[in-house]
Amino acid sequence: MRQDRLIGGVLRLVALSAISGLALITVFIFKEGLPIILRVGVFEFFLSSDWDPSLGHFGILSMIGGSVVVTAGATLIGVVFSLGLAIVLTQFSPPGLASALKPAVELLAGIPSVVYGFVGVVTLVPLIRYCFGGPGLSVLAGSIVLGIMILPTITSISIDAIQAVPRSYFEGSIALGATRWQTVTMVQLKAARTGIVAAVILGMGRAIGETMAVIMVAGNALELPHSLLDPVRTLTSNIALEMGYASGDHRQALFATGVTLFVIITLLNIAALAVSRRRTGKTAV
Amino acid sequence: MRVSPRTTERVAVGVLWVLASITFSVLAFILTYVLVHGLPHVTWTFLTRGPASMGREGGVLPMIVGTFLVAGLAVLIAAPIGVATAVYLTEYTREGRLTATIRFGADCLAGVPSIIFGLFGFVFFAITLKMGLSVLSGSLTLALMVLPTIIRTSEEAIRSVPYAFRDVSYGLGGTRWQTVTHVVLRSALPGISTGIVLSLGRSISETAAVMLTAGSALRLPRSLFDSTRTLALHFYILSREGISMPNAYATASVLIVAILALNLFAYWLMRRFVAKVGR
Repeated sequence: MRQDRLIGGVLRLVALSAISGLALITVFIFKEGLPIILRVGVFEFFLSSDWDPSLGHFGILSMIGGSVVVTAGATLIGVVFSLGLAIVLTQFSPPGLASALKPAVELLAGIPSVVYGFVGVVTLVPLIRYCFGGPGLSVLAGSIVLGIMILPTITSISIDAIQAVPRSYFEGSIALGATRWQTVTMVQLKAARTGIVAAVILGMGRAIGETMAVIMVAGNALELPHSLLDPVRTLTSNIALEMGYASGDHRQALFATGVTLFVIITLLNIAALAVSRRRTGKTAV
Repeated sequence: MRVSPRTTERVAVGVLWVLASITFSVLAFILTYVLVHGLPHVTWTFLTRGPASMGREGGVLPMIVGTFLVAGLAVLIAAPIGVATAVYLTEYTREGRLTATIRFGADCLAGVPSIIFGLFGFVFFAITLKMGLSVLSGSLTLALMVLPTIIRTSEEAIRSVPYAFRDVSYGLGGTRWQTVTHVVLRSALPGISTGIVLSLGRSISETAAVMLTAGSALRLPRSLFDSTRTLALHFYILSREGISMPNAYATASVLIVAILALNLFAYWLMRRFVAKVGR
């Protein structure tokens, strides 16, 4: 018994140290990034799109805009394809096929992001340049590549949510004479709604945090985009592109970019957790 | 005119299948495109030589070694901590505020983007702890990054071990620790391994975080404090700076084959686990 209590104590210590990493990350990112935001001025930092580190101009509005636009596009593409895939795999495909295709979707998540970016640069970017003109490196290219990259996240969580809907709901609806499709849209998707919303929010978080693929295909221009064909720089690309040679205020400003990203992601995570918690509360009734 | 529900269903399902086919074609296209362009350049010399003139010539041996060191060490560090945390959460405590906090922390950590891990690793491991841009900084950063995955998958694997197993062990007079190590962990091992193998895959494919923490030296690392360049970063630099397209494709192919092998291995482990526990 004494030995058990000792082991329990050690395990608790390990568990606490595991999550203390999160606290360390928060403290260090803020410690490095916050001072420069205050020095430059909150308004100047967030609402100016003048980023010129050599002149001491640190405004990240264009990157916030870039991240928001690319993430919105990616989410739109990701949601349409993921939901389609989740519905097909759970409802309209023979069980053998579904169990072969699901690991294939998960494999998509394993491919390195640089590979997505690279294939995007050599195939998608020239295609966009050829079809629509412009530089090709654009919001559109970034959205498509990120949309594909967040697909596995949204798909697999949505599949779990749809499968968690009690079988009796399905049977009840079919017994009332509804078609399979009516049952899916009016009963199952509705019952799985919160799980799917959580999946979409997590997908958005993944898209806004993605770095290497976006650097390669989105063009990295320091301006707010006016059309889908304009090149943009996201918050993540800004950090990765300039961290290699930055020092002093410039480096701090990159950490401040990280702080901005961190806050956005944390809000998204909390939203996703709140939504999925509401779901577990409800099914318990 | 009212469209009959049957027609709607047929059209909707048709559209969905089109969407699904596009998705799988994209996956197939990405893989075949890279492998077709890259595999012909993957020769024995490519795998066993160091690079010459910034990677324009020669091979990727130092990057293969660097990748294995950084990713392997990351998983070696994260696995014991992650599994211990999962054991604590499932076997050693009751659900309460502490477990909720730990789970919330792990969930938040899972959502932190890799570039933030990179920034943190750079300022904490490389600068504050004076490890520099090195194998060690890189692997510690990656360890933190894959920790939530290992905790989550281990927890699920441990939870799916039937209660009867534990009861039998206690009934035979086993202590809690004996039950955990001899019965629970042993049954959950394939499930836990799946999570670990997937984390290894994730560490191998990570680029942004290792770029900021392990550096990009082309030499073979001699110690854990040497800077190194992983395959993923080498591929990024080769293609981004237009150094050598054939070598970029070949590096990507090596990377993809490694990831495919790891994923298949994880899948096989998972199948074995499901067969064993019999969910």
